[in-house]
Amino acid sequence: MSAVPQTVAIESNPRRRSYAGGALAFARREFRDAMSSRWFLLYTMAFSALAVAVSFMSLSGAGSQGFAGFGRTTAGLLNLIMLIVPLMALIAGAGTIAGERERGTLLYLLAQPVSRTQVILGKYLGLALALVCSLCIGFGVSAGALAWRAGGVGLGSYATLVGMTCALALAMLAVGTLVSAMSRRTGVATGVALFVWLALVFLSDLGLMAGSILFKLRVQEVFGLGALNPLQAFKMSVIVSMNASLDVLGPAGVYASQAFGEGLPWLLGSVIGAWTIVPLAVAVGAFARRGSV
Amino acid sequence: MIRAEGITKRFGRVAAVRDVSFELAKGGSMALWGSNGAGKTTLIRCLLGVMRFQGAAAIGGVDVRRCGRTARSLVGYVPQELAFHDDARLGASMMFFAGLRRAGAGAAAASLEMVGLRGHEHKRVRDLSGGMKQRLALAIAMLSDPPVIVLDEPTSNLDAAGRGEIVEALRGLRKKGKTLLFASHRPDEVIGLADQVLVMERGAVERRTTPAELWPSAKGVQVVRLHLAMATEQAAAQALREAGHAVHLNGHGLCVAVARDRKAAPIHALARANIEVRDLEVLEDVTMPEAES
Repeated sequence: MSAVPQTVAIESNPRRRSYAGGALAFARREFRDAMSSRWFLLYTMAFSALAVAVSFMSLSGAGSQGFAGFGRTTAGLLNLIMLIVPLMALIAGAGTIAGERERGTLLYLLAQPVSRTQVILGKYLGLALALVCSLCIGFGVSAGALAWRAGGVGLGSYATLVGMTCALALAMLAVGTLVSAMSRRTGVATGVALFVWLALVFLSDLGLMAGSILFKLRVQEVFGLGALNPLQAFKMSVIVSMNASLDVLGPAGVYASQAFGEGLPWLLGSVIGAWTIVPLAVAVGAFARRGSV
Repeated sequence: MIRAEGITKRFGRVAAVRDVSFELAKGGSMALWGSNGAGKTTLIRCLLGVMRFQGAAAIGGVDVRRCGRTARSLVGYVPQELAFHDDARLGASMMFFAGLRRAGAGAAAASLEMVGLRGHEHKRVRDLSGGMKQRLALAIAMLSDPPVIVLDEPTSNLDAAGRGEIVEALRGLRKKGKTLLFASHRPDEVIGLADQVLVMERGAVERRTTPAELWPSAKGVQVVRLHLAMATEQAAAQALREAGHAVHLNGHGLCVAVARDRKAAPIHALARANIEVRDLEVLEDVTMPEAES
C-alpha cells in the first residue's frame, strides 16, 4: 500500500452540498441497476409480448383495419395495463428500500453525507425512470405492430394512453415504495405489495359490488368509492380521453359524465396524482422517522 | 472533534448503549474495547446519526441529530464488512460514492491509489477479496478527505497481511492529523493506533484508559482463551475486568489480552473469585507495534 496521497480533493464547505445532487446520484445508480437487472428485462419482454398479442387479437377479432381498430385495441390494452402495470410497479417499489436493508447496504448508504429523504426520493426517481422506459419500449413495440398491421396509429390517443399508463405506474411505484420503507425484509414487502395489487385489481370491485347491494349505496357514492381506486380512475380517464362515453360503465358512468362534465379528466387525474404524492410523502416521513436502520 | 453526552440507545426494553459520554480532541485516536454486544457498534451508529438516540453528539461542533448530513460529511466511515452491491464494478462504486461526497474523479483515483486498488476499477465487488473490500471501504471513507475516520472493527475479517495493510494505512492517516475512532478486539491495533481506550461493557463505559495502562508490559501481548463452565463466564469476565484485564467475551469463550510474561495472572484473579479455569490456550502472540505518541 502506498503512502497517503497529498492530492485528495477537499470539501471546504460541507453546507454547500447540493441537496438535489445527492438524490440524483441515487437516482442514476437505481436507474442503471434496474436497466441491467433481470426483472427489468423480464417485465419489458412480457409487457411488449402481451401488448403486441392484445393488439393483434383486437384487430383480427374485429376484422377491421386502420384507425377504427385502434379503439378496440386500446380497450384490450387497457385491461392488460390494469393487470400488469400495477404489478410491475408495486413489486419494483417493494424491493427498493427493504432490499437494501436486507442486504445490509442501507446502513452504509445512510452513513454517507446524505439524508434519508434524499435516499428514498433518489431511489424512487431512478426506478420511476426505469419503469417509464420499460413501458415505452412495450408500447413502442406494440405501436410498431399496429402500424404494420393496421397501417397507422392514432398518435394523440396512443400518446395519451402511454402518458396515463406511466402516471398509473408512478402511483403504484409510490405505494410499493411506501410498503418497502415500512418493511424489514424484501419477502414481506413483496407479499404486502402482492396483496395490495390483489385488493386494487379484484377485491375492491367485489367489495364495491357487495357494498352497493348491502348498504344500498347511491350512484354518486358508488362512483366516488370506485374513483378512489387508482385503477378505476385510470380506466375512466382513458375512456374519457378517447372521447368515448362513460355510459359503458353503467349508471355510475352516466352520473360522472353529467355531474362533472369537462372537469372529469381533471378529477380522475387528481386521484391518480394523489395516489402518487400521498404514499410517497408518507414513505418519506416514515423512513425519516425510523429510529434505526 | 467528537463529543458524546449521555448517549443512550434502547431497543425496546434493552438498553444497547447507556449514558455514554466522552470527548475526543482533534487529531486524537480512541479505541472502543469491549465484548461482543458491549454496545460499540451501536455507539458508532449513534455518532454517525443513522440511529435515533437520547443524549447529544457532535462532530466537529456539528450536532449529529440536527445536522446529520453535514456532520457525516466530516466523517469517513469504514464498516466491519463492506456491504455493497456485489454486481457493481469497483470503479463505478467509487464514482457513486464520490458523487455522494462531492468529490471528483481525481479524488477517487487518488483514494484508490492510496489503498493500492488503482488498476482494479473494472473488477466487480463480488470478485474482490475480503482485504480488497476493506481497502475499498477505506478509499471511500477518504474520498473527500474528512477530518474524522470512524471504523467498526475494520480488520476483523482479514488475515494477518490484510490487517497489516489496513493498520499501516491508518497510521498514515494519523500522521496526517486525522481523528480516529475505532472499535477493535485486537490489542496490537489498539496499542499501535490509539492513545485512548474506552472500555465498554453491557452498553456502558466501564472506564476510560490508555493502551499503556491496559497492557503495561513492554514484552508483548498474548491473547489467551480461558475455558470455563458456561454459567461462570459472565462472573469471570467481571472479575477479570475488576482486576484490570482487557477482556473480550464472544460466543467462543473468554479471551484475555495479557502481557506475555503474565499469562497466569488471569487464572490467579479467577481463583480469588472461586472460579475454576478448566483449560487455556494461547490464541495469538501479538507483536507489539510501536505505540503512537
